[in-house]
Amino acid sequence: MTLYVIRRFFNYAILSLVATCLAYVLASLVLDPAERFYGMNPRPPQASIDASLNEMGVNPDVPVLVRLWDWLVQLFTEFSLGTTVGGQQVTAEIAARSGASLRLLLVGSIIGAVLGVVLGVWGAVRQYKASDQVVTYTSFLIFATPVFVIGVLLMIGATMLNNALGTQVIRFTGEYTAGISGNWWDLALDRAVHLLLPTIALALIGAATYSRYQRSVMLDVLGADYIRTARSKGLRRNQALVRHGVRIALIPMTTFFAYSFGTLIAGSAMLEIVFSWRGMGQFSLEAVTKNDINAIAGSTLFVAVLILISSTLSEALYAALDPRVRS
Amino acid sequence: MTALNETVVEATLDDDLVITDARRPLSRNKLVALRLRSMPRFWVGISIFALIVLWAFLGPILAQWSPTERDALNMGMGPTLRHWFGTNAIGQDIYAQTLSGLQKSLVIGLVAGISATLIAAIVGSTAGYLGGGTDKVIGWVVHLLLVVPAFFIFVLLSPLYRGLSWIALTFFLALFSWMIMAQVVRSQTRSLRNRDFVRAARYMGMPTSGILRRHIIPNIASLLIIDATLGVVAAIMAETSLSYFGFGVQKPEVSLGTLLADGTSAALTRPWLFVFPAMVLIILLFAISLVGDALRDAIDPTSGVNRG
Repeated sequence: MTLYVIRRFFNYAILSLVATCLAYVLASLVLDPAERFYGMNPRPPQASIDASLNEMGVNPDVPVLVRLWDWLVQLFTEFSLGTTVGGQQVTAEIAARSGASLRLLLVGSIIGAVLGVVLGVWGAVRQYKASDQVVTYTSFLIFATPVFVIGVLLMIGATMLNNALGTQVIRFTGEYTAGISGNWWDLALDRAVHLLLPTIALALIGAATYSRYQRSVMLDVLGADYIRTARSKGLRRNQALVRHGVRIALIPMTTFFAYSFGTLIAGSAMLEIVFSWRGMGQFSLEAVTKNDINAIAGSTLFVAVLILISSTLSEALYAALDPRVRS
Repeated sequence: MTALNETVVEATLDDDLVITDARRPLSRNKLVALRLRSMPRFWVGISIFALIVLWAFLGPILAQWSPTERDALNMGMGPTLRHWFGTNAIGQDIYAQTLSGLQKSLVIGLVAGISATLIAAIVGSTAGYLGGGTDKVIGWVVHLLLVVPAFFIFVLLSPLYRGLSWIALTFFLALFSWMIMAQVVRSQTRSLRNRDFVRAARYMGMPTSGILRRHIIPNIASLLIIDATLGVVAAIMAETSLSYFGFGVQKPEVSLGTLLADGTSAALTRPWLFVFPAMVLIILLFAISLVGDALRDAIDPTSGVNRG
């Protein structure tokens, strides 16, 4: 089993590296890094444009594969992903921005997962009853709503609430109010208020996804023989459900959560842009509009490594939690 | 519990069976149609979808305004009898614009979603049937495309199609959203490959393309129908999201995504600019999802909402 997980890990690692190289080549082919200089007024002399392109290692006159090789050598010898068009190290930017993404995602996705598990178990136990149908169709409705629409609708709601109350109760632009000062408590409260709407959005999406998944796993478990055995042994219905049902049904959920956390960070771009957070998703989309090849390759590597870690983790977790697959 | 509920389903079907024809067993398609007919959510979904399609393409005939026409006397107005969905800052009618955006989103979604399913069917069944080297290479490409989120791939490719029309966007959407389905088709094909009827066809000297077309694809058709439905939802979702963030349909062309993007800047002061197109989008996607879910239940009663 360990061998299997290790083999999968190496497989994913190679895939991540290949995907990063492809992203580098693709970005070099479709984007023109010199474009931003042409828009400047007065336009800088060609020699200085070439100089700064060479310094970044993105000069289109140098063959793509040579540049890719230099970039890889730099990555493996200096652990550097090059510089952004703004002149910062890509690694430093990624470190700062992934922190913001994590702060945006952590609370909301955990609330969503817990809520989803509870709703899923409840729906499975009360299958076909009105409450189950309400949860099911509500989650369909959430699935039918693009993430950015959920975000903007929440913002419209919050603005209406603010207008009704006459004060700015819910603030939702950015991670904190610009230029705010005060003691530790004020700053923390300000951040918490800014986190409210993105957290609601994530909790809604998470609850919808996890409840569908948990309900279906739980239904499988409820039909299993060992639940009937537990009941016939004399356990009460709730005892049998919790001790033998929910515990087993949580195993696939744990692995699903481990896997989806990686993809979640990758997919949070829309919420970050809607709520003006300077996170990782916003960074990678901005990189495309700014023709920033180093930043694109760097964020592709970041996303691929995240997916690599979370899928390996979910496979290892599955093996650790479920004795049936361990053999 | 599984067994119990299934017997209930079978019993109701048997009743129908007695009513329709007492002797002949039902064909699979008839059985699916029978199950579908008894599902309220199928009817709700398909009628809402049909109404939206009719509205999108016939609505402009009845509309008082064209999408680009400006009503200088009613700029930035809320919903009135004159402008049902209100007007934007330069006096354009949001109702007319929503219809025009809806048309484009519908066409892009239907074409891209269905083409993605076709690609998945061809690639997945070829990989599964041939096995060996072909299978390995295709599996590798699929995994490679799954390592990076699809949304990011589209954004990265956007300089390629941004200068072209929305037809190029449709093409790219289809080209990069078949991967997961191809994996499912592949595993289904692998289990079909060694069935007697496929073997018989092979030993009779039927060419591979013929076997795939005549024996493999028809046997996974139900799967493909479900996927096409959900693929349309995914394609519309991708198109609106990309256009919303400026990576999809470009001005002066209008889709629901660009319309929502236009509405966002003023969404907090003039909510109708955003809320009406958003509602149309949500209702459309919800209706198609209902149809997809009903189809899945009808084709495979052990899955979906009423599984168990």
